[in-house]
Amino acid sequence: MTNDINKTITRIAEIIINELKLEDITPETFDADLDLVDEVGIDSMDLATVVLVLRDEYGVRIDEDDYPKLTTVRIIAGYINDKLSGSE
Amino acid sequence: MITVSSLLDDHWYERYKKISRLNIRSSIYDVTNRCNLRCKGCFFFSSGEHEVAAEENDVDKWYGFVEKEMERGVNLAILIGGEPTLCLDRVEAFYKKLPTFCATNGLIKVPRDRFPDMMVGLSLWGDEEDEKILRGKDTFKISSGNYEGDPHAYYLYTITPKQLGKTEQIIRKIRDVGLKVHIQLLSNDEEVDGFSWQPDELVAVREEMDDMLDAYPETMISSRYYHEIITTGKMLDRSFGWLECPSVTEPLDKREPRPKRLTNFIRWSSDLKTMHRCCTSETRDCSTCKDGAAHMSWVMVNKRAHIKTSKDLQNWIEVYEMFAKLYQFIPW
Ligand code: SF4
Ligand code: SF4
Repeated sequence: MTNDINKTITRIAEIIINELKLEDITPETFDADLDLVDEVGIDSMDLATVVLVLRDEYGVRIDEDDYPKLTTVRIIAGYINDKLSGSE
Repeated sequence: MITVSSLLDDHWYERYKKISRLNIRSSIYDVTNRCNLRCKGCFFFSSGEHEVAAEENDVDKWYGFVEKEMERGVNLAILIGGEPTLCLDRVEAFYKKLPTFCATNGLIKVPRDRFPDMMVGLSLWGDEEDEKILRGKDTFKISSGNYEGDPHAYYLYTITPKQLGKTEQIIRKIRDVGLKVHIQLLSNDEEVDGFSWQPDELVAVREEMDDMLDAYPETMISSRYYHEIITTGKMLDRSFGWLECPSVTEPLDKREPRPKRLTNFIRWSSDLKTMHRCCTSETRDCSTCKDGAAHMSWVMVNKRAHIKTSKDLQNWIEVYEMFAKLYQFIPW
């Protein structure tokens, strides 16, 4: 499970870096607890872009109502893993 | 990777956090095709938008429409026209459900018992003389009488080239009636002689707007960066225009690559079915467009492009705060 979540975290970080063209950062060095709005500065359009890729990659639907709680990469990874394991 | 907090001291970071999650989703609504004025240079009439669609007269349909707009995620209704105060029942359909802003020429007073805290933007096109030339009458005399000291109203002062050197008297007039002012520049859609901006005039008006902001910070709702953007049409190393405009109606937006834009934005006609191309005139040349809201939104949707230096990010914060104040998402 820990391995799974770590893999998901790294992949989500990679998607965010690629989609938002973030510079000077790698999926491995991306702090999974960094607040995406308050620190990375992403906005709802950025998040919508990332969500589309996540949906295609993981086959999970992310409700727009849930966007406000998806504040870090770790939280997004947990959200996706929960959906995949059917606990939500 | 540059983080937000690494660029801001505590004071600015607090300001950033107050606006960073507001997630404002506006759309614009033509409330009616009619107006009690006929200003020269009014984009609505000059581009024939008043004839594009027949007005929906059934108020119940307006209520149903507002519900659907809320389902689309709209959380700010910007009402324009024509003159919205000619149809207060339609205005009320929005106001009862959504944060609502009503643009008006101020000749008719919005009854405050019915709309106690609706933000009202009063259009003003200059001093007495310009107002008479462009609008047929000095609207300030009437609108200031109707709204003096109203905490939910401000002037939307469209500066024309003829106003150079004369803006201070207008700002003072507004201050003296206990109101605030937001400024923008005339786009002169009807090409009224002498009212189109020349490059040297844009330089001069930027300086004048900066001076006014310094001299009347309590009255002016503005920012130096906004002045820079609307007078130069440049943001960072980019130029404003069709390819960058954030205020294009989303279902009609076929641009590729798609620029950063207002999420789900639509400008609706008063038949509640027809969509207009963008927040302003259908026929306006984007390369000379001076629309203030579109320029402000251009900055707002490009937040991450401003996470480069402290100054860039502070500029972004000031523009976002300005927008949030104008629509009552944060206090003055
Ligand atoms: S008051 Fe406004 S809507 Fe009416 S003609 Fe003038 S600019 Fe146009
Ligand atoms: S006229 Fe102005 S607001 Fe409309 S699409 Fe062109 S640049 Fe944007």
